[in-house]
Amino acid sequence: MMLKPNLFRLLVLPAVLALAMIGRAPAQPITIEIAGATEAAIPIAVVPFHVLGNAAPPQDVAAIIAGNLQRSGMFEPLASSDMLSRPARMEDVQFAQWRALGVDYLVIGSIQPHAGGSYQLRFELLDVYKNSRLQAKAYRVPATALRDLAHNISDLIYEAITGDPGAFNTKILYVTESRDGDKRRYQLIHADADGERPQALLTSSHPIMSPAWSPDRQQVAYVSFEGGRAEVWVQPVYTNQRPVPRRKVAAFPGINSSPAWAPDGRRLALTLSRNGNADIYVLDVDTGRLTQVTRHWAIDTSPVWAPDGRSILFMSERGGGAQIYRVPVTGGEPERLTFTGRYNADPAISPDGKRLAMVHRTDGGDRIAVLDLETGQLRVLTEGPLDEHPSFAPNGAMLLYASSRGGASRLATVSLHGRADLPLALSHGNARSPAWSPR
Amino acid sequence: MNALRLFVAVGLFALITGCATQGGVESGATAPVEERPAAAGTQAEGAQAGGAAAAGSFAGEELDDPASPLSERVVYFDFDSNVIRPEFTAMLEAHGKYLAAHPEVRLVVEGHTDERGSQEYNLALGERRAEAVKRVLVLNGAAPGQIENVSYGEEKPAMEGTGEAVWSQNRRAELVYQR
Repeated sequence: MMLKPNLFRLLVLPAVLALAMIGRAPAQPITIEIAGATEAAIPIAVVPFHVLGNAAPPQDVAAIIAGNLQRSGMFEPLASSDMLSRPARMEDVQFAQWRALGVDYLVIGSIQPHAGGSYQLRFELLDVYKNSRLQAKAYRVPATALRDLAHNISDLIYEAITGDPGAFNTKILYVTESRDGDKRRYQLIHADADGERPQALLTSSHPIMSPAWSPDRQQVAYVSFEGGRAEVWVQPVYTNQRPVPRRKVAAFPGINSSPAWAPDGRRLALTLSRNGNADIYVLDVDTGRLTQVTRHWAIDTSPVWAPDGRSILFMSERGGGAQIYRVPVTGGEPERLTFTGRYNADPAISPDGKRLAMVHRTDGGDRIAVLDLETGQLRVLTEGPLDEHPSFAPNGAMLLYASSRGGASRLATVSLHGRADLPLALSHGNARSPAWSPR
Repeated sequence: MNALRLFVAVGLFALITGCATQGGVESGATAPVEERPAAAGTQAEGAQAGGAAAAGSFAGEELDDPASPLSERVVYFDFDSNVIRPEFTAMLEAHGKYLAAHPEVRLVVEGHTDERGSQEYNLALGERRAEAVKRVLVLNGAAPGQIENVSYGEEKPAMEGTGEAVWSQNRRAELVYQR
């Protein structure tokens, strides 16, 4: 990532901010909260796009982009109320003004409704200090695709500035639990990575757990209790068929849980207790062939595949407390990976295989931590007290996790660089077991 | 404990009103929830009578006698533990002997945990708790085939909320007679 040394900003920004504060409206409810090490965040301004014509677009594209960039923890978007001008084209930009506001990059653009309900959208990404244009693109999309386009543009901006691909144009799965009178209702939800456009893939009066994406994003495996106990199901994520062609793939005696797709998309790692104790197995989904990977009297669960598909990481209490281990898929002696703390669970591995995220128990509760598998360095990223189920973004730069407070659970994202809450479009219920899609 | 008697009452009611709560899956169909007698512990007295009245036809008088240790159907556990605490041995002994004397009776032992720890670990821990209960029942004469273990992990708390007062009620195994 390119960070510009900028003495000028340090000197001028406080004065500009002080001025801006005077004119600020009364405090509004804040949906995004940055609580981490944000001093490294890159200042950027996403100027509300000019609307040409008279029909207001159904989506505020600039606001979606700014929200995405902020949640990444890599950027600190300037509040639109602090902007001194709202240019739509590079020719109209007074770069000195943006430099005075301490902004490194500027996103500007316009949106124009067309006949037939489509929109033409144009945007530019400008480098405020070089007075130059990094990106300029124009699109024409139907109204329903404006949100997708906003995520696309967010990815372009993220990559142009940081050099790494973005992960905004991705999806998430999670489980909600809500009350309907004295009945509980569980739903498997599919949504955009920013939590918008939630859709239920499954609604049940019985608990649902541990949704897992197939590598091609086309299928989801999950645990459902609809059969009276924990069993593993697979269903397509995108289908118009009704009823949805879902199928039960693991219903052995005991528990059937923790599905994780192999990189080949054909096999699932699972936790089964068919032999009386929770061990890790690999199931070939099409042939039904089952292979036992671990065999120990201790609880082994929460398997995840190393990206090369050759080993499986899992949680085991074989050493006394819960710790993370790695075992070859072909079996063999597991190797312990975590040594700090008495409880480390819920392993997730970064797409490059270099980082291990987990729930790390401290005196302050259960927090999300990341272990660098090469250096052995452990970083605690969240504050707890009850955080669980981390899931890496496909670019490895953020984690999605569930955070409980006062008995209510919501989803949040944490950047490996900063921290931000994910505002979910949830009106009711607890959200848990999040899973970020592959790219 | 009154709370435990309440479990009996509500539990028997659940037996009568039907354990066969299937389905409820997909496309908005709101089928009945297989509710554990969750809120029982927080309600006031008065349910004992209902429990006794509802009884008879199912599991026989012994199970329905509020004075019998058989009326206690919940075993509580320490955090992250599947060790049966001494105060529950007499009750489990009674259930074990009852099962031995009534080989036709079937029992489901449900294992539950509090919300702390990973969901997947807790599913396995709940199974361990159910298994620990089953082991004591079998030691006291029950046939292994009479007892089925089911773990719900942390998914079906007896009490909503957070903190030790809530957690201690949720770390449990429930004995649910089927018959």
